Amino acid sequence: MDIQSCVEVRNEWDIVSARQLGRNMAKELGFGNVDQARITTAISELARNIYLYAGRGKICIEPINQLGKKGLRIVALDNGPGIREIRKVMEDGYTTSGGLGAGLPGVKRLMDEFSIESTVDVGTEISATKWLR
Amino acid sequence: MTAKDALIERYQDLLSVYLKAKTETTLYKGQQFSRKLLEQQISPEDLVSLHIQVMDELFPDMSEEMRDSFDFLLESMIGYGFAYREHQSLRDKQQQLESEIEVAASMQQTLLLSDVPDFGELDIGVVSVPAKKMNGDYYNFVKSGNSLSVAVADIIGKGIPAALCMSMIKYAMDSLPEEQMKPHLLLENLNRVVEQNVNSNMFITMFHGVYEPESHKFYYAGAGHEPGFIYNAKEDKFNDLIAKGLVLGVSRSTTYHPYEKKIEVGDMVVLLSDGVTECRTSKGFIERDEIVSLIRKYMDLSSQKIVENVFQELDRLQGFELRDDFTLIILKRLV
Repeated sequence: MDIQSCVEVRNEWDIVSARQLGRNMAKELGFGNVDQARITTAISELARNIYLYAGRGKICIEPINQLGKKGLRIVALDNGPGIREIRKVMEDGYTTSGGLGAGLPGVKRLMDEFSIESTVDVGTEISATKWLR
Repeated sequence: MTAKDALIERYQDLLSVYLKAKTETTLYKGQQFSRKLLEQQISPEDLVSLHIQVMDELFPDMSEEMRDSFDFLLESMIGYGFAYREHQSLRDKQQQLESEIEVAASMQQTLLLSDVPDFGELDIGVVSVPAKKMNGDYYNFVKSGNSLSVAVADIIGKGIPAALCMSMIKYAMDSLPEEQMKPHLLLENLNRVVEQNVNSNMFITMFHGVYEPESHKFYYAGAGHEPGFIYNAKEDKFNDLIAKGLVLGVSRSTTYHPYEKKIEVGDMVVLLSDGVTECRTSKGFIERDEIVSLIRKYMDLSSQKIVENVFQELDRLQGFELRDDFTLIILKRLV
């Protein structure tokens, strides 16, 4: 199971499918229940952002293995409007959805690694990794 | 044993003791334990997970539903975990900002510090205290030739923006020509600097005066600054030291009116910022008369002692909570 699996996100139900995919993989990799919950929450947040701001996109989940270090990576991709001020959205307390959700800084804290790339009018790619301890 | 294992063990002990005999003592210990959890930055969902682990060990035959309900609880706690971590990161940020402001404040102190000069026939006293960390009031003494110039300025507004602005004023003044300038001309000069460099929603009031010992005359001009007082020893009377003029930075072409006053032996010039007159007590703003009577009360002391005593009394009247930066200067002609 080294192949990444993806879920298209177009509506709220797809968020649930993405969560399910992530949870199954997290369980298989041996993540404990707290980390499972954190990973699925991160997936929820990223999928919700796609659904709310880009309209459509996809969430891909892949197991990773770097020099014997095992983990799980979430990649969120969309061709939406992009983020004009990345620094702003990465600030605590800055949420455009009126306090709903924890925002990207929250996702970053739930995971071990986090990176974001965004181009206005082209789209956004966010990748977040959690290592198995 | 890792810190986490130790926590699990402790929690298991406490919980099993509590389940056996439901005593207030154990509950109290549980409450203290939560402090330890916070110290170690254990987030809410971690605690729930700890609970599940311990319950699994204590009750291996726990019903499926019960077990599953814990998983649901765990999932529901994640949001609180989010909030908890955000709180932590904001708190760290706040501490960082505070220490940066601390550094800026002490830097400002060094930058703006003006030595109170020894000036033979004038006894000078100064007190200048910021309401917050940084001071938006500014005073400056310059001895030039035989004469002494004194400036007091106040930014409308307080805190960091005011303090930054003040630093600019200081350097603008430092860069003015060496030779003694007439107060009204100096204000015109500064007004142009402020008008050009400072945001239009920020205003600066200023009083500037020059004392010439040969003629014993005090030349002065004001830019919307809180009027000071002048004490006439012969008549034993305090009068307002009025110097009319528009605040700095409103219009490029503002001109200022020159004033002058003869200072006799025993006379005093009192300069202040509006932090002095805007002292609020339980009875409302303090009246200028009250400031005069406070000065009168300590008039026989040295200028420095007068201003310190007046400040202490006003500080006490306000319950030691300054609302605005406070600057009070007294110049007394001795001989």
